[in-house]
Amino acid sequence: MNFEMLVFYVLSTILLFAGFRVVTARHPVQAALFLVLAFFTGAGLWLLLEAEFLAITLVLVYIGAVMVLFLFVVMMLNLNIEKMRAGFWGNLPLAAFVGILMAFEMVLVLTVGGRSVGASPQPHGPGYSNTKELGRLIYTDYVYAFEIAAVVLLVAIVAAIAITLRRRTGTKHQDPAMQVRVKRDDRVRLVSMPAEKEL
Amino acid sequence: MTDALTYLQGLFGAAWPLVWSMAKIVAIVAPLMLGVAYLTYAERKIIGYMQVRIGPNRVGPKGWLQPIADALKLLMKEIVLPTSANKGLFLLAPVLAIGPALAAWAVIPFSPELVLANIDASLLYIMAITSMGVYGIVLAGWASNSKYAFLGAMRASAQIVSYEIAMGFALVGVLMAAQSLNLVDIVKGQQGGVFSWYWLPLFPLFVVYLIAGVAETNRAPFDVVEGESEIVGFHVDYAGMAFAIFFLAEYANMILVSTMTALMFLGGWNPLFDFAPFTWIPGFVWLLAKVCFILFLFLWFRATFPRYRYDQIMRLGWKVFIPVTLVWILVVGAAMQTPYGHLFH
Repeated sequence: MNFEMLVFYVLSTILLFAGFRVVTARHPVQAALFLVLAFFTGAGLWLLLEAEFLAITLVLVYIGAVMVLFLFVVMMLNLNIEKMRAGFWGNLPLAAFVGILMAFEMVLVLTVGGRSVGASPQPHGPGYSNTKELGRLIYTDYVYAFEIAAVVLLVAIVAAIAITLRRRTGTKHQDPAMQVRVKRDDRVRLVSMPAEKEL
Repeated sequence: MTDALTYLQGLFGAAWPLVWSMAKIVAIVAPLMLGVAYLTYAERKIIGYMQVRIGPNRVGPKGWLQPIADALKLLMKEIVLPTSANKGLFLLAPVLAIGPALAAWAVIPFSPELVLANIDASLLYIMAITSMGVYGIVLAGWASNSKYAFLGAMRASAQIVSYEIAMGFALVGVLMAAQSLNLVDIVKGQQGGVFSWYWLPLFPLFVVYLIAGVAETNRAPFDVVEGESEIVGFHVDYAGMAFAIFFLAEYANMILVSTMTALMFLGGWNPLFDFAPFTWIPGFVWLLAKVCFILFLFLWFRATFPRYRYDQIMRLGWKVFIPVTLVWILVVGAAMQTPYGHLFH
C-alpha cells in the first residue's frame, strides 16, 4: 500500500462517516455541517484523481455558497425535532425499499455493461494541467452542450428573480442618484428677517 | 546552506519531507502572526496621528510592546461560555475562522521561487479556501444562543457572500489578462514597470477588488459587525483567547487581501521601473512595500469614512460592483480580439 492509497482510504472513511452522520445527526445544523465535511472530503478524493479544477470548484460552489444558504435556512427555521422524527418507524419500510432499489440499480450500472469503473486513470506528467484540458474540451468538442446548459441556467436565474419580483406600493425607499443630485436650495429656505426691536 | 540541509536530511531520514514542510509552514505563519500583532499597533498609531492623538506609547519604548501586552492579557482572560450555548460549535467557530485565513497562504508566492505549493490553479484555490471563512462567522453567531450575535452573524455573512461574487468576477478579469490561474505566472505576466501592471488595463476591476476586499474583511466603512450604535456582532459573546482568534483571523485576512491585490494588480515582486536603481532592490522588498501600502489604505479608510448603512452596503455590492465587473470582463474579452489586444496582456 503506497501513500496515495493510504490517503484514499483515510478520506473515504471520513466521507462515509460524514455521509452517515448527515442522515443520523439529531440537529439539522449538525447534519448540514457534516454535509460540508462530506463535500470537502469528496473534493480531496477528486484531487487524488488529478481533477483539481473540479475539486476546487466543488469547494467554491457547494461549500462556499450553497451550504452557507442551507445553513442560513436551517438556522432561521424554528424546527421541532421531536415532531420531525415522529413518523420514522411508519416510513421506514417504504424508505428501505426505495433505498435498496437505488443501491441495486447503482450496482447494476457500475458492474454490468463491460465498463470497469474500478480502474483509476493513468497518472500524467508534471506539465499536465487538468484545468486547461477541461477548458479545451468544454469550449471545443462539447461547446453546444455547454452553451445549452448555460442558457438553461440563465433561464432558471431569470425565472427565480421573476418569482421574487413584485411591486409593493407604499414602501419607503431612497434613490441614491437623487440624494447625490440634491442642492442646498432644495432643502433650505433662507429667510431674511428684520430685527424685531432696537435694544 | 546545502551542506546543512543534506545533514538534516540524513538526520530525519524518511520523515524529512514532513519535517521540511513543517519548517516552511512555520516560516510563513510565524512572520504572519508577528505581522498581525504589529498591524494592530500600526493601526492604533496611524489612526491616532490622523486624529491628532499620540496612540499607544506606554508599554515599551514608544509603545512597541503594546501588541505583546495585549496578547498576554487576552491569553490570561477566561473564556466565558454563554448559557445553553452549543459548546462544541461555539469553540469550533474560531478555528473555522482562522483556518482558511492561514491555509490560503500555502499558495501565495513571495518571489518566483519562494512559494510553499506552486499549484496550477492557485487562484481558484485561494477563492475556494477564503470562501470557507464565512462558516466561522455563521457558526459563532448561531452557537452563542443570543439574538444579537445571530443577527450580527446574518449581516456579516450576507455581506461576505455578496462581495465574494464581485471579487470573483474581478479575478476572472485578471486570469483573462494573464491567461493563467497560477499566481506565479500572473505576476510574471506583469513584468516591465508600473505601466505593465494590471491595475492600468483592469482599472475598474482593481478598484472593485480593493473595495470589495475591505468589505470582505468586515473593515470600516463596512464594519457593521461591530456597529456600536446597534450592538450586534457575531462575536459579542466571545471573550479571551476565543475572541482573540477572531481578531487574528480578521487581520490575517486583511494581510491576505492586500497581498492578493499586490500580486494581481500591482505587479507583485516586480520593481516600479525596469531599470537601475529600482532593480537593485530585491523583489521580496517590493512585494512587502506594496502590501504595506495597501494595508495603509485599509487604515486610512477607517480613519476617514463614516460607516455605511446596511442596505447601502448591499446596494453597492449587488447593483454597482457586480455590473461593473461584468461589463469590464466583456470589454477585456472583446478587446483581446482586436489589434489592441496586447494592451490587455
